[in-house]
Amino acid sequence: MPTYTLNVNGNALSVEADSDTPVLWVLRDHANLVGTKFGCGIGQCGACTIHLDGAATRSCLLTVDQVKDARITTIEGLSEHGDHPVQQAWKEVDVPQCGYCQAGQIMTASAFLSENPNPSEEEIRSAMHGNICRCAAYNRIEKAVKLAAGKSK
Amino acid sequence: MASSKTIDRRSFIKLSSLTGGGILIGFNLFTACKSDAKPPEDLANLNFKDFNAFIKIAENGKVTIISPNPEIGQGVKTSMPMIIAEELDVAWDDVFVEQGPLDTENFTRQVAGGSQSIRFGWDSLRETGATARQMLVNAAAAKWGVDPSECSVSEGVVINAAGDQLGYGELVTDAAQLEVPEGVTLKDPDDYKIIGTSRVNVDIDEIITGKPLFGLDYKADGMVYACAVRPPAFGQTLESYDDTEARKVNGVIDVVAYGEGNKVAVIAENTWAAIKGKKALKTTWSDDSELESSELHDQELGKILEGDDFEVRREDGDVEKAFKEADQVVERVYSSPFLPHNCMEPMNFFGHVTDEKVTLVGPIQTPAGTQAGVAELLGRPKEEITIDMTRMGGGFGRRLYGDFALEVAEIADKIRKPVKLVYTREDDMTAGIYRMAIKYKIAAAIKDGKITGYHLKEAAVNSNMYGLIPHFFPAGAIDNYKVETANYKSKITTGAWRAPYTNFLAFAEQSFFDELFEIMGVDPIQTRLDLLEKVKGTTDENIEYSPERLQGVIKLAVEKSGWGKQPEGVYQGFVAYYCHNTHVAEVADVVMENGNPVVKKVTCAVDCGIVINPTGAENQIVGGVIDGIGHAMYGDFSFDKGKPRDSNYATYRLIRMQETPKVEAHFVQNKLSPTGLGEPGLPPAGGAIANAIKKATGMRLTKQPFILQLAERENKVIG
Ligand code: FES
Ligand code: FES
Repeated sequence: MPTYTLNVNGNALSVEADSDTPVLWVLRDHANLVGTKFGCGIGQCGACTIHLDGAATRSCLLTVDQVKDARITTIEGLSEHGDHPVQQAWKEVDVPQCGYCQAGQIMTASAFLSENPNPSEEEIRSAMHGNICRCAAYNRIEKAVKLAAGKSK
Repeated sequence: MASSKTIDRRSFIKLSSLTGGGILIGFNLFTACKSDAKPPEDLANLNFKDFNAFIKIAENGKVTIISPNPEIGQGVKTSMPMIIAEELDVAWDDVFVEQGPLDTENFTRQVAGGSQSIRFGWDSLRETGATARQMLVNAAAAKWGVDPSECSVSEGVVINAAGDQLGYGELVTDAAQLEVPEGVTLKDPDDYKIIGTSRVNVDIDEIITGKPLFGLDYKADGMVYACAVRPPAFGQTLESYDDTEARKVNGVIDVVAYGEGNKVAVIAENTWAAIKGKKALKTTWSDDSELESSELHDQELGKILEGDDFEVRREDGDVEKAFKEADQVVERVYSSPFLPHNCMEPMNFFGHVTDEKVTLVGPIQTPAGTQAGVAELLGRPKEEITIDMTRMGGGFGRRLYGDFALEVAEIADKIRKPVKLVYTREDDMTAGIYRMAIKYKIAAAIKDGKITGYHLKEAAVNSNMYGLIPHFFPAGAIDNYKVETANYKSKITTGAWRAPYTNFLAFAEQSFFDELFEIMGVDPIQTRLDLLEKVKGTTDENIEYSPERLQGVIKLAVEKSGWGKQPEGVYQGFVAYYCHNTHVAEVADVVMENGNPVVKKVTCAVDCGIVINPTGAENQIVGGVIDGIGHAMYGDFSFDKGKPRDSNYATYRLIRMQETPKVEAHFVQNKLSPTGLGEPGLPPAGGAIANAIKKATGMRLTKQPFILQLAERENKVIG
């Protein structure tokens, strides 16, 4: 099995894995970073969203050998003390129900806001459209993204 | 046994001092949450093992409420401790809520009941908090040499008439020596400081930072992973399998057949290897009987409705006569498909079986029943089996069933290694325990401009409406009334799905009324209020809905939604419904965009008695409404030769952000005992949007999912 050295949350992570292993499973099983969630495995739900060089990326479709030296950020590394403006907004709005989809939502929202710090309602709704929340906390997700946009200014 | 007199509920609270300082108060949340739970017969049997929830008061006055209660997203891990903290009278900031530790013998596990936790826990949780408060007051009074009645309490401090103060932390050592008091006084709701104020989900920090919380996150030393192949079609059995290629996959450790030889598990060092191994497995299946398709179910349910083989579930007056003498009869049929639960966290469970014990950990709503099932399956005494619960990534009814826990127990028994069974999304969606397909035929008799008869027939796959559902509105409001049910036995596994039966029945009934009122040319709001007027003062014990409270939410929804005053181009649909002990009315606002109806807003009026945690309550109602809209609109799950046609989100559609309306929840303010909110917001949503869509498009929706029926519109604009 080949060995890969990944840059995860600013640390060098050395893993032995088959080249076709999705980053999702490398993070969860090999690196013990279980904040990134498995929802569908086919890029349709967004639960597994991470940042790859700052861009929101579905880690279930990204294989370990595609990463090379790109920077991976997971929910565990989004901020040091859980105080990224998006995380703060999520807490203030009390977004989660079961909470399972929320890491993915937060990763999508944070990447989106760094690209578009001043989004319209329509832009928020379209940016978050790829992330399913089965508990349907969508109203609050939308509200929290709006609030986070205000906070990041 | 000498005496076995039934003991008072007080005995369910027990106190002891902690070696590290402070006191521990034990009580049984299981008893608190089940209306029919009986205390043990003999006082001598009572020890700390009978308790499953604890309040710890430290010498610094900090309070820890330890609850073994699982959280499926309904918010009880926050709201139940709020009730205790209120009566204990401590500042919420001094309260820390801890999930009961895994793997301890001191916890007896319990069920996470659907929408009932708060309703059944209300009295006991308050009594527990108040009893602890009284003990601390008694300790303070004894110190001061005054009567306890001369003392008052505020935020963890006892105060006497002279103005002396003692904090709870200073009193705990003394309080631990005292008798548990009887007949404590509960607070007047007007004095509440915590109940009725919004408190953020107690797990929020862990959730937003990605800490391990869920079943899929649980790990144990030396743990391996399993993925399983199950019969692709309901009714198939495994003939043979070839694991040569599967075993060649890097990381695959073993391949074992289980489940009466019908399932095969691939065991691997990591999840990906298990998934790959599973794909590489070659299997041959045989059909031992006819494989069912949705078209067959549709036909069979239709045939049932045409026949007369029904069980009568409620009958008032003379329905036959009312229909014979009617000026006009309105009759409609409504159909719904199967639905998978699609919990965001796919089914999974951890198991480890040794000669000494069986350890199971994971997301499950019914650990007690699962323990019994595992004991039987493995032929082991129950005492050797521990089941611990993790936070759950959704339940919606699916995690009431312990099938996945039984599977991992069997696999773990065979391989004798700690193992996590993981369902892929495809496994989760195709090995489901689905909401069954149902058809309703509803008929009303009209005479002299009045509804004189109502007749509802339910034809469902596998099982029918339960409990008091046949006695819900309009029972009691129409003189000649009949509800009958029948079912078609299928090989497809079916079970509870968020708001069982009412999740579709509410749509059928409330769409029917909307159309009926339109045909009669009467006002839908006033007619509902009038029908309810007739139910007032009923002595019928089976009628548990309150006509007054249903009228109350109708009026509140009318007011808050601006019913009848909407701007041009906005079409409103109305529904009022009672289920799960909560009364709800909803108004949906629909507009036409590019020739298609779009739901813009839903206004809800809810009467659930006292609202414990407004932010949590709102989250439940808003989520329930959007869930209800999503499944009514898009939920389309069908079978072809026993096999689900969809298995993942590429083709199976769940509601997403852009299809989501703004939902407003308004709560009736009263002091009545609280009822649950996890389910009651969902059932009315489908009817509310269907009634609005009728106004917007002219089309009466009778089938779910609505998108299929809407696609049949002749002049539909594709946009
Ligand atoms: S798990 Fe990656 S998108 Fe669903
Ligand atoms: S909070 Fe449960 S899936 Fe989003």
